[in-house]
Amino acid sequence: MSLAQISPDIEENKVDRLAEMRKRAGNVAIPLGTAISLLLIWQLGVRLFEVPTYIAPAPTDVLAVFKNEFPLLLRNFWPTLVESLSGFVVGNLAAILIAVAFVHSRTIEKAFFPIAVFINTIPILAIAPILVLIFGAGMTAKVVIAALICFFPTLVNMVRGLQSVSPQTLELARILSASKSEVFWKIRLPSSLPFLFSALKIAATTCVIGAIVGEWIGADVGLGALIIDSTFNFRSPLLYATVFVSSGLSVLLFTAVTVAEKLVIRW
Amino acid sequence: MSVQHLVDVADTHPHQDLASRNVAACLSGASVKFGSFTALEDISLEIGEGEFWTILGPSGCGKSTMLRLVSDLVPAAKGNVEILGKTTEAARLAREFAFVFQDATLLPWRSALQNVELPLEIGRKRGVRIPHSDKSPRELLALVGLNGREDALPHELSGGMRQRVAIARALVCKPKLLLMDEPFGALDEMTRDHLNLQLRDIWRETGVTILFVTHSIPEAVFLGQKVLMLRANPGRVKEVINVDLPAKREIALRETPEFNRYCGRLRQLLEEC
Repeated sequence: MSLAQISPDIEENKVDRLAEMRKRAGNVAIPLGTAISLLLIWQLGVRLFEVPTYIAPAPTDVLAVFKNEFPLLLRNFWPTLVESLSGFVVGNLAAILIAVAFVHSRTIEKAFFPIAVFINTIPILAIAPILVLIFGAGMTAKVVIAALICFFPTLVNMVRGLQSVSPQTLELARILSASKSEVFWKIRLPSSLPFLFSALKIAATTCVIGAIVGEWIGADVGLGALIIDSTFNFRSPLLYATVFVSSGLSVLLFTAVTVAEKLVIRW
Repeated sequence: MSVQHLVDVADTHPHQDLASRNVAACLSGASVKFGSFTALEDISLEIGEGEFWTILGPSGCGKSTMLRLVSDLVPAAKGNVEILGKTTEAARLAREFAFVFQDATLLPWRSALQNVELPLEIGRKRGVRIPHSDKSPRELLALVGLNGREDALPHELSGGMRQRVAIARALVCKPKLLLMDEPFGALDEMTRDHLNLQLRDIWRETGVTILFVTHSIPEAVFLGQKVLMLRANPGRVKEVINVDLPAKREIALRETPEFNRYCGRLRQLLEEC
């Protein structure tokens, strides 16, 4: 191939890459621009109609809190992070193990599934005080609440995932005279992973809700406690900042699960 | 009645020694029932080692059920099935046979090579003695024309390629009997032709006995040394036809009058079913 033939290819490649970059820039710029515009409208609205700060603070007020009260926010961020993560691990682990037991034995499923449904139907706000009474005002109650809120979606998804193996694949396993444990480790468990990750994505955001609800009931540290505290003291900018930090925590956990999913599930 | 058709065994497989003809699979008066429904009734057949049988019949005549009976996936309600002188269960445990499904049935998280290796892994930790082909899994993938795609995941392969991985997987434990349930049924015409030729080559090279279910008359004639015609309600042996065509088969064979005569005869039999 002569040089003259190659160079148009390179040209074309360059054009392709430019178009690709422009597309990617657009993917970031459009949502970012929208968000900034909304913040501007909010700022203008608050200033124009002279809304008192304790009713609705301007974005700049909230930003000032981030600048001045950052240590306070951070001090309350860590306990909530630890509670959310612990709840995430405990709740999902319990759900996975119970799902395995359900798939292994129909009797266990018949015995315990209605109970699992019943527990799931109790509103988390109703059960949280009970758990605080049982486990006290420490971290344990919050971890249990966070775990409880993660538990049910993962249980249901994991059971479905473990049962998602096609009948033909099971026939293949039978022709190879595979044992029950080989079917589990080599076929059922990997088959369930996409279902498990969908559940973990739900759990990544709900575990934060669980931890914060737990902190509302009785705690002196944590983002939930800070929300209650700033509400009662009419410190609206701090309240808004805390809410942003809470949702940031959820986004962080969700992103972590998404990245893990990309690494684990390549099919 | 069916055994009578087997008397005039005359074919030209390179590995077949007519004097010492061993039986790969033997069905005697075998029936299969699903509840009160009789899927197969009184099937008696002797399939010689190294033979290539194709199975035809109207839909619902129990073609697939017959493969499932031979492979110990469904039990015989009556009669008896033996594979190389063993019960089907013993043959299954000894990996005497392998199965290729209509769908490739690959594990999506395993690469092509890892899928071929799966049968060697099952039972290894339990100390099961697993027979293996003289060819390595890598060589088997090359045999089905997939060299260079060892690390591809199933979703990165075309339907025909996936089915070829399934064939390589079936060969990895050096089966004496290969059971194929419409393996090319979902593929396009060109891919199917190509795989038919490749399967003939693999058969001639390995000397494996093949039972091949299909619903295509030309495919049955092109591949088989013998065509077993089943009839429906209940599934019974209608006829066994010897296909006396040259051992070296090429696509052009389909244009010959002999080939079309076989197709015509089978079509007629199918209509009578």
